[in-house]
Amino acid sequence: MTDLAKIRNFSIVAHIDHGKSTLADRLIQETGTVQDRDMKEQLLDSMDIERERGITIKANTVRIDYVANDGETYVLNLIDTPGHVDFAYEVSRSMRAVEGSLLVVDSTQGVEAQTLANVYQAIEADHEIVPVLNKIDLPASDCDRVAEQIEDVIGIDASGAIQVSAKTGQGIRETLEAIVTQLPAPKGERDAPLKAMLVDSWYDAYLGVIVLVRIMDGVLKKGMRVKFMSNNTLHHVDRIGVFRPAMQVVDELGPGEIGFLTASIKQVRDTRVGDTITNDRNGCEKALPGFKPAQPVVFCGLFPVDSAEFEDLRDAIDKLALNDASFSFEMETSAALGFGFRCGFLGLLHLEVIRDRIEREYNIELITTAPSVIYHVYMKDGEMIELHNPADMPDMSKVDHMEEPRIKATIMVPDEYLGDVLKLCQDRRGIQEDLTYAGSRAMAVYDLPLNEVVFDFYDRLKSVTKGYASFDYQMTGYRQDNLVKMSILVNDEPVDALSTMVHRDRAEMRGRAMCEKLKDLIPRHMFKIPIQAAIGGKVIARETLSALRKDVTAKCYGGDATRKRKLLDKQKAGKKKMRQFGKVDIPQEAFISALKMDN
Amino acid sequence: MDDWRNGGFGLYVHWPFCQAKCPYCDFNSHVSANIDQKAWARAYLAELDRLSEQLSGRVLNSIFFGGGTPSLMQPDTVAVIIERAREIWPFANDIEISLEANPGSVEAGRFAGYRDAGVNRVSMGIQALNDTDLRRLGRIHSVAEARAAFDIARTCFDRVSFDLIYARQGQTLDAWQAELHEALSMAIDHLSLYQLTIEDGTAFGDRYARGKLRDLPADDTAADMYHATQEICAQYGMHGYEISNHAKPGAESRHNQIYWRYGDYAGIGPGAHGRLTLNGVRHATETHLAPGAWLQAVAAGKGESLRDPLSNQDAAAEYLMMGMRLAEGLDMARYAQLSGQELPQDRLQDLVELGMVTISDNRLCATLQGRALLNAVLRELLVD
Repeated sequence: MTDLAKIRNFSIVAHIDHGKSTLADRLIQETGTVQDRDMKEQLLDSMDIERERGITIKANTVRIDYVANDGETYVLNLIDTPGHVDFAYEVSRSMRAVEGSLLVVDSTQGVEAQTLANVYQAIEADHEIVPVLNKIDLPASDCDRVAEQIEDVIGIDASGAIQVSAKTGQGIRETLEAIVTQLPAPKGERDAPLKAMLVDSWYDAYLGVIVLVRIMDGVLKKGMRVKFMSNNTLHHVDRIGVFRPAMQVVDELGPGEIGFLTASIKQVRDTRVGDTITNDRNGCEKALPGFKPAQPVVFCGLFPVDSAEFEDLRDAIDKLALNDASFSFEMETSAALGFGFRCGFLGLLHLEVIRDRIEREYNIELITTAPSVIYHVYMKDGEMIELHNPADMPDMSKVDHMEEPRIKATIMVPDEYLGDVLKLCQDRRGIQEDLTYAGSRAMAVYDLPLNEVVFDFYDRLKSVTKGYASFDYQMTGYRQDNLVKMSILVNDEPVDALSTMVHRDRAEMRGRAMCEKLKDLIPRHMFKIPIQAAIGGKVIARETLSALRKDVTAKCYGGDATRKRKLLDKQKAGKKKMRQFGKVDIPQEAFISALKMDN
Repeated sequence: MDDWRNGGFGLYVHWPFCQAKCPYCDFNSHVSANIDQKAWARAYLAELDRLSEQLSGRVLNSIFFGGGTPSLMQPDTVAVIIERAREIWPFANDIEISLEANPGSVEAGRFAGYRDAGVNRVSMGIQALNDTDLRRLGRIHSVAEARAAFDIARTCFDRVSFDLIYARQGQTLDAWQAELHEALSMAIDHLSLYQLTIEDGTAFGDRYARGKLRDLPADDTAADMYHATQEICAQYGMHGYEISNHAKPGAESRHNQIYWRYGDYAGIGPGAHGRLTLNGVRHATETHLAPGAWLQAVAAGKGESLRDPLSNQDAAAEYLMMGMRLAEGLDMARYAQLSGQELPQDRLQDLVELGMVTISDNRLCATLQGRALLNAVLRELLVD
C-alpha cells in the first residue's frame, strides 16, 4: 500500500502520431521500470492491430516508481486510453480513474483536432493538465507558436509547457518531475468500505478475466469477496497486482492505486467497464456515477467465405466474445451467404477490429454484410419490432411507421474545412443545432440519423478535413422518418446481403451510387449483367455490366501446359472465393465496398 | 490403346541461345558468345539415346527445333539430331520437321543446309511489318531483311510459316488490319498471329509494372483485333484452326497439333518439357533450365530434372485446356475416359446457351466467341 500523497495517476492525451507511445516508452525506460534489453517499441500497444493502426483499443496501464528531486519515491500510474469515438465511453471511464493528463503536442505541427476531443474529456474529468511539446529535436519545431496555440484553442496555461524529445530523451526527467509537482495526489478514505472502479477487463488464457481497477476508497486484498454492483455478482478475489508493465502480484491495493484483480471470472461479459466493485457485506452505499452498460449500435452479418469454416467461425466468435463485453452475436442464415452470425458492435472501428482479428488470429476469410442500426418498426396491429437486419423487414403493407436512432454529433474542425463538414452533415440528413468558434476552430453540433453515420461518415469526415476534424457522438433517441428497404438485384436476382434501409428521399441517390460501385466491383462475365436497385417492385436505379470480350492465353504449347494448368487452377480457386448469385460471381469485398459513399 | 495415340508422338528439341533477348519473351533463352556446337550435339544425342530405351516401338510424327533461336544451330548439329532420331524411331511417312528461324540474312544462308539435314518446314519470327515496331519489340532485323529471308526460305522449303505480334503499343485496329492484309498477301499457307502478352519476369513485364509501357490497346480494342483477325484470315482461306494459328486446310502444324490433341512428346535440351506415357501413366517431364547445368547433368547421366506422374484429373484438365484451343474441339468420350467423369452437364448447358460452345457428335468445340473467352470457359468446365 502506498501513501496517497506519493501517488500520481495520469493519462496522456495526444493526436495520432504526435508521439504518445514513444513518450510512454521513454518514461518507462527512464525510471528503469523495464530493462533496456526488454524494451520494444510501443510497449503498451499489445495487439498487432493497435500497433499497425497506431490506435489504442484496450486501456493499458503501467506503474512506474520514480525518485523525485525531493528525494522521495513516487508511484506513477499511467493509463493509456483508447482514442476513438467508438470507445468514447471507455475513454471517459479511464479519464475518471486518473487525476491528471499530459497533453502531448507535436511542436512541429501544433494542436490538431483529434487532440481536442480527448482534452475536453480530460477537462470534463477535472484533470490537471500538463502541456508537453514533443519532437523539439526536429528543425521545424516551433515551441512558442505551439504554446500560444494551446492557450488560444484549448484555453489552458501553456507558459510552463515542457519541451521534450521523446526520441532523444531530452525533457523526460522534467516531465516526470512535472507529474509529481503539478498533478494532484489522489484522494480517498482508507477506512471506508471498498469502492473501486472497473476501468477495463480482458481475458487471459491462464488467469481468466483480468480486471483493471482504480481504488477510490477502502482496500482491496487477496482473499476478499467482492460485489460487482451493476449486476450484484459476487467474486472471490484470488490475485491482485500491478503492471510494470508485466504483471506483478501485490498484497493489497489501497486508495488512489491502480492495479488488477483476478477472481476466477470466466467471461469478460460479466465485468462491465465503469462498474463499481465493493465489499460483499457492508459495501459502499452508492455506486460511482456514470456507469452505462455496453450497447451495440451497429449490426452486420459475418459469414465465412468458405462455408465449411462455419464451425471455426463460431469458435472464433465465442472466444472473442469472452474478451469483449460490447460485442454481441447470434446465428444468421442468408439465402445467398449460407450460415453466419449477425453481430453487434459499438461502432464501425469496433466492427473492423473484430473482423480483422477473426481473419488474422483465426485465419478465417469473411464476408461482411452491410452495417445496419436498430430500427423500430411499428406494425399496424400495434406491435413494435426491433429490426437489426434489413433482410428481416416485414411486409410494408403491414407496417404503420418506422423510427430510426438519432445522435447528437459534435464535430470540431479548423475553419478552412468547415464548409465541407457542413455539407457532409447536410448530405447525411443532419440538422444543425449549434455552431461556435474557438480561435480558428469551429465546433458544429448536429442532430444526425445514426444510420447515416455508422458506415463511412468518420472516414469521409477525415478525408474532407485531411484528418483535422474530431468527432464525438451520443445517442439521443428514436424519431419517425420515411424509411424504406432498398434491395439490390444482380442479374435479376435479389442479393439479400446487399439490402439496406434508406431514407426515401435519398434512395435514388444511394441506389445509383451502389449500382455504379457494384459495376466496378463485379468482374465482367461471359454475359452482360444488369445491376438494379429497387424499392419493393419498383426499380429506382440501373447499371449494366458489359460482357467480357477477351480472356484467352495467346500462346500455349507443350512447354506451357503445366504452368497454364496451374494458373487456371489458381483462377478457379479465386472464383471459388467469390459468392455465386444465380450465375454471377460476386467478390467478397463487394459487400462492404458497395456501400461506401463518395460524397 | 494408350490415350496419347489419339494425338501422336513428337520430339521437341530446345536450343536455348539467342543473339539478343527480346523484351516480351518469357521463353528459356540466353545470350552467349561462345557455344561449342560439337559438345551440344553430343549432349542432344546422349539424351536421345536415354529416351530410346524408354520409348521404343513408337512411330515419330514430328520433330520441332524451338528456342531460343534454333537458326543459330549449325546445319550439321541439326543433321546429326535428325539422323539419330531416325535410328531410334521409325519416321511417319508424312513426318514434319520444323525449325524456328530468325528472319536475318545470316540465318537465311543456312536454310539450304537445314533442308539438306531433313528440315521440311520453317517458322519465322517476323513479328511486325514496320521497322519502328520491330525496334520497339527489340527485334534485331528490319522488315526488308525479313522479307528477303522469307523469300529465300520459300525457295528452300515447301512449308514456311511466320509469326506476327499484334495489339502492340500504339497500334490501332485499322493499322493492324492493313498489316494483316499485307501479311496474308505474303503468306503461303500458315501464319501464327499472337496478341502481345505482357509476361512477368520479362523486360516488358517490368516496364508494365512500373507504368512505363504506354499506349497498349484497350481490352475492347484488343478483342476487336482478335475478331477482325479471324474474319480477315478466313477471307484468305486461312482458317483459325487454333486460338492464334491460321492455315489452309492440310497445312496445320502437325507438331503443335500433338500438343493440342494431347499426344505424347519427348522434350530434350535445357528447360524442355515433355508428356510421356510410361506403363499406361502420363508423366510430365522437365529438364534442367540453365544451359550449363543441363550440359553437366547430361554428362552425368540425364538432363531430366523432373518426372512426375499426372493424376487422371490433371491429365484430363490438360486435355481440356489444350483441346479446346482447337477449332475441331475435343472428344468428350475421350475426356470422360481420361478423367473418369463426364464434363459437368449443367455448366455445358449454360455455355451452350451463352453461345460459347457447341456440342455435336460428342465433340465439344468453342465457338469463335468462346475461343476469345477460352480462359473463362475453362474456368467453368474444370472440375473442382
